[in-house]
Order: sequence, then structure tokens, then C-alpha cells
Amino acid sequence: MTKPVKIRTKIKDGTASIKALMPHVMETGTRRDSDGNIVAAHYIEEVVCRYNGEVAMTAEWGPSVSKNPYMAFKVRGAKPGDVVNISWTDNLGESAQGEMTLK
Amino acid sequence: MVTRRKIMHSIMALVALSTLPFKILARANKAFDAENIDIVFKEIFGDLPIVKSTDIKFKIPDIAENGAVVPVSISTNIPGVEAIYVIVDENPNPLSASFHLGPMSPADISVRVKMGRSSMVRAMVKTRDKVYTTGKEVKVTIGGCGG
Repeated sequence: MTKPVKIRTKIKDGTASIKALMPHVMETGTRRDSDGNIVAAHYIEEVVCRYNGEVAMTAEWGPSVSKNPYMAFKVRGAKPGDVVNISWTDNLGESAQGEMTLK
Repeated sequence: MVTRRKIMHSIMALVALSTLPFKILARANKAFDAENIDIVFKEIFGDLPIVKSTDIKFKIPDIAENGAVVPVSISTNIPGVEAIYVIVDENPNPLSASFHLGPMSPADISVRVKMGRSSMVRAMVKTRDKVYTTGKEVKVTIGGCGG
């Protein structure tokens, strides 16, 4: 089961700062477990950030983004009531999302 | 011979395909799989000129006590930024993350990356006709790639 994306937002001078936390193992595929077996790669490949339904930013990641990724970005022309939606897809086809209405 | 089982299998395969989440980008797999920065540059920037720039604000610690979590912030006032890349030279696959900005988003992103060992870390900012870059040597005391 994947966990939802946690989002925090703040509007200052018409620009929204958007911070997101995505619970995910982000396994590189090079790490070994306690029995010496390689742990299969499992990481977020793509993050799509939508703002009022429009794509504001997309990110492509490799396995070297840290575990439980944190990401921040900004959107211009922001106002209370705007909706930010962030979703990810990993290399195994799993996905999760989170949504937040700006205050 | 087309057995009922075979038909069921193909139906299940189709269902599996159709439920795959929709992807926006054609992933730059070759760039992410590349093992040295020259190949990364070629894959993501092609023939675009790469120039050093002092107009990129690149925040990253000089010394990362924990290579598993190295905070990176990149912002710039350079106009027409299409994408921002984080590249860790000494990682097994140097390209760590890319951010593709739409017209609503200014060039200002943060992320946290893993570093296997001390390395040059590059912030690269792509516009339509040029790539701007700055870099910083980051010393890692404990590696972050399970080593």
C-alpha cells in the first residue's frame, strides 16, 4: 500500500511555496539486506504537480533521491482557494497522490 | 492452439496495461542509467552549449554528515528556464533528479539526494538555447548508498 503525499503551502506576495513529502522506500537496487541479498530497486520515477488542474511542474527522479522524498517548488499568481495536486509513479507502477486547497 | 487459458492471460495482460498510471513525460532513461557525466550531458542537453554561471543560487552543505540525505536548493533569475537538473558526479548514476517547469513555476526548487561519497555536485539550468551550470564540492562523512 502506498501512502498519500503530504503537502504544505504558504502564499506570500502572490507566490505559493509548495512543500511535499512522499513516503517511499527509494531503494537504489545496490543495497544488500542482512543476508547479503541485493534489495531490488524500487523508487519514484515521476512526480506530477498540478495547480488548479494544470501541470505546473513535473519531476523525473533516479534512485538517488533520498528515502521519503522531500520536494519544494513555487507557483506564481497564487491565491487562496487554489488547488495543488501532487502525484507520483514509481518504477514498479505504483502511485500515490495528495491534494491541498491553499488558504 | 488458442486455449481458453491463453485468452484469459491476454485479457489479464491488457487489463494490467490499461491500469498503469498515465505518464506525462517520456522518461530520459538513458540519462538516468548513464554512469558518467559526459553521457548524461549528451543525453539531456544534446549539442546545447554549457556555460558556467554565477546567476544560479545553489544551496547545499559543504560537509554532509549523512550522505543519505543531502538537502539541495536551486533557484535562478535567468529567464526562460525549462528544466533544472541535479547531478552528483561520483554517484554510480550521476543524474539524480530533474525538474521540468511549466510557465506558472519560477526556477526555484528543493530536493534531498543521496551521495555515496564526497563528490562534485552540479546544478544545471536548461533554457531553450543554453545550459547554465554551477557546482560545489561536497564532503561526505557517511555514505548514503548502503555502502
